[in-house]
Amino acid sequence: MINVLFFAQVRELLGESGLQVEATDEVNSAETLRAALAAKDEKWGRVLASDKLLVAVNQTISSWDTPVQDGDEVAFFPPVTGG
Amino acid sequence: MSSNLNKVLVQTEDFSVPEEYALIADDNSDGAVVTFVGKVRDFNDGSVVTDLTLEHYPGMTEAVLNQIAVEARERWPLNNVTIIHRVGTMALGEQIVFIGVTSAHRKAAFAACEFLIDFLKTKAPFWKLEAGESGKSWVEAKDADEQAAKMWDK
Repeated sequence: MINVLFFAQVRELLGESGLQVEATDEVNSAETLRAALAAKDEKWGRVLASDKLLVAVNQTISSWDTPVQDGDEVAFFPPVTGG
Repeated sequence: MSSNLNKVLVQTEDFSVPEEYALIADDNSDGAVVTFVGKVRDFNDGSVVTDLTLEHYPGMTEAVLNQIAVEARERWPLNNVTIIHRVGTMALGEQIVFIGVTSAHRKAAFAACEFLIDFLKTKAPFWKLEAGESGKSWVEAKDADEQAAKMWDK
């Protein structure tokens, strides 16, 4: 399973801090994982459609074409605002 | 004594600037100590702020902070580097972040300190939730911060 995490506004709007998703032939990259989650319903589609959304694969900010597989940790979050 | 240490902490507790200063400033080969403290301010984008809550991504946060400390060392001859960032809820005027850098000379220490806070603000997975008169709202990332970090690419 892919361990999916959500942070900040994304977590708050979805009402979930994370979930497990099985990697498949169709769900095998950051982008296809995002699309699969966005297909869940209208709200998920809206929150995960944000053009400002960032993805981290195994705790490194990654491009959307990064491959993902079972055992990976994939986090979706808005631009960071620390400091 | 040449320790060449990176110290990275993510914590809810406040930090003591005099204590952190003393820890990094005890090496006589260093002629320069530069520190930066970020604080909770009472306004943001024209709105009144009453308190601030910092969320982060445990694990990735520490990894990114260590990585930017390593990058700073690749650019400048540094001795001690300390990065402390608080998480949780903080009141007006409270300290959020501490950056401390020591080096033989001031130019390296000044530049590295600014580089570290610029990179922290755009790369480390922290998010600010502001509470104000009209409720709570997530702070928007600023283009100016992104531009500040990009300046170091040149």
